[in-house]
Amino acid sequence: MSPPRLIPFESRQPRNYAAPSPLSIRGLSVAYDDKPAVWDLDYDAPDRGLIAVIGPNGAGKSTMIKAMLGLVPALAGDVRIFGSKLRQARRRIAYIPQRTSVDWDFPASAEDVVAMGLYGEIGWCRPVRRRHRDAARDYLDRVGMADFAGRQIGQLSGGQQQRVFLARALAQKADLYLMDEPFAGVDAATERAIVNVMRGVRDAGATVLCVHHDLQTVADYFDHALILNVRAIAQGTVKDVLTEDVLQRAYGGRLAETEIRAIARSA
Amino acid sequence: MTAADFLSIDLPAILVAVLSATSCGLLGNFLVLRRQALIGDAISHVALPGIVAGFLIAGTIATLPLMLGAMAAAVVAAGLIEIIRRAGRLESGAAMGVVFTTMFAIGIVLLEQTGAANAHIDAEHALYGNLESTLWLGVTGWDDALTWDALSQLPRQLITLAGVTIAIAATITAFYKELKVSTFDPGLAASLGLPVKTISTALIIVVALAAVAAFEAVGSILVIAMFICPAATARMLTDSLSRQLWLSVLVATIAGVGGYVLAAFGPQLWGDADSLSAAGMIAVVAGLLQTAAMIAAPRYGILSRAIRRRTGRLDLPA
Repeated sequence: MSPPRLIPFESRQPRNYAAPSPLSIRGLSVAYDDKPAVWDLDYDAPDRGLIAVIGPNGAGKSTMIKAMLGLVPALAGDVRIFGSKLRQARRRIAYIPQRTSVDWDFPASAEDVVAMGLYGEIGWCRPVRRRHRDAARDYLDRVGMADFAGRQIGQLSGGQQQRVFLARALAQKADLYLMDEPFAGVDAATERAIVNVMRGVRDAGATVLCVHHDLQTVADYFDHALILNVRAIAQGTVKDVLTEDVLQRAYGGRLAETEIRAIARSA
Repeated sequence: MTAADFLSIDLPAILVAVLSATSCGLLGNFLVLRRQALIGDAISHVALPGIVAGFLIAGTIATLPLMLGAMAAAVVAAGLIEIIRRAGRLESGAAMGVVFTTMFAIGIVLLEQTGAANAHIDAEHALYGNLESTLWLGVTGWDDALTWDALSQLPRQLITLAGVTIAIAATITAFYKELKVSTFDPGLAASLGLPVKTISTALIIVVALAAVAAFEAVGSILVIAMFICPAATARMLTDSLSRQLWLSVLVATIAGVGGYVLAAFGPQLWGDADSLSAAGMIAVVAGLLQTAAMIAAPRYGILSRAIRRRTGRLDLPA
């Protein structure tokens, strides 16, 4: 007689092996003192998406990213990155903070800063070696900054500083890139470089979530959008989301009717 | 000056000065870059109630209880600064001012009320230190300086400071990357999974360790100068953090040796018999070095910037 079947019958069914979403947020709420910054946010990022996070000032865009990374405490909510808790997924994330959040007078060269993107891979207490420095130079080259590797970061223009941050994120070889206003105050060449890099990592299989301010370029640069004003107003493809109705609800009186109409048409 | 005098009086004082300056100066680099320079000041003051409490609990002036007391006080102070900053909606400089003056005052009251003042802990010592009383007894000349007998009589402060300096240098070397990234970009550091808050607290604790070790010998005024001057001077001279750390050690050493030598032997040169306060002179030399760097540093000095402007060689970003 054959032994009893130990495997439950259900497990013989074909399982759903679909990869979990790069970023899945449930009920995320963050407040500064008694002022809610992000409220009850649910979001599922599409795989390999170029996603713009847009919304008026104070809408909680940066706060959302910081809360996902545990940089500000969340009141409630669950964040999964590729189905895992943050702790297990750190090495799959690259974060670009706002350029103005760091002290550019710091005694470091462009190459030093890019090498910081490799610290996770190098590990605690181990030194930065020659091969890490060479790798850092390669990443600088990818953003057109090879000639500035040795320059102190305060001696770079705003756009060049942003490209150094971009190179540092590339060095992290992530699957999910979280960028906080990378386009703020940069020159046209840098803007193109950032867009090219974003498309490059997307084509290589990564997902990019980017806080963005310039509504005129959303449709050109991104294929998905999350529109936020403390609560999620809308999410989906840029085409579906950039409508007069949604923009009106997100921005209210802060945008002129004509502007809203022009942006909605661009999508 | 005989060899015995030099070995028993001057050498230990010079070494204590250099080691205090080096241990504080190394940490000062990170404090200055984190815009927390004042915390060195705060901690060198809150060390006093910690030292008194350590003395009262342990009943001796042995180094260990005093040091533990001071480190505990530093942690309490760092916590209080954070609480007051948030609850009182004050900027951190103001919060530090509240905490360290109050704790220092408590220290003085404790000192006077409990009789600890009789045990060689007093407020004047706390401010000016007592570099000159660091003596190496039992050494008679270069010949016996390296014998076991003489070495075993090296001043206790010197040995403590040497240990602390080595520990600090080793810690900075081991955690160089982690300190660097959490100082430059705490957001990135946290996203890499580094415990940014723990690193800040650990830095404060190590600062307290250095402050206490140095403070016994050189007093809190010199401790403040040593946290800030070598780092600030070195920052003027280089754009690389590792070079800045080495330069700060160099500056600290020059200030320690130069200050002591000027204080001990300078007055004789202009015919004054009394020597000056070594701790004070070391702080003066450190201040002068920083002034010189501000004026003459190759890239950031006032002179070179004026020359670049005058000659039209502006350093434009390409």
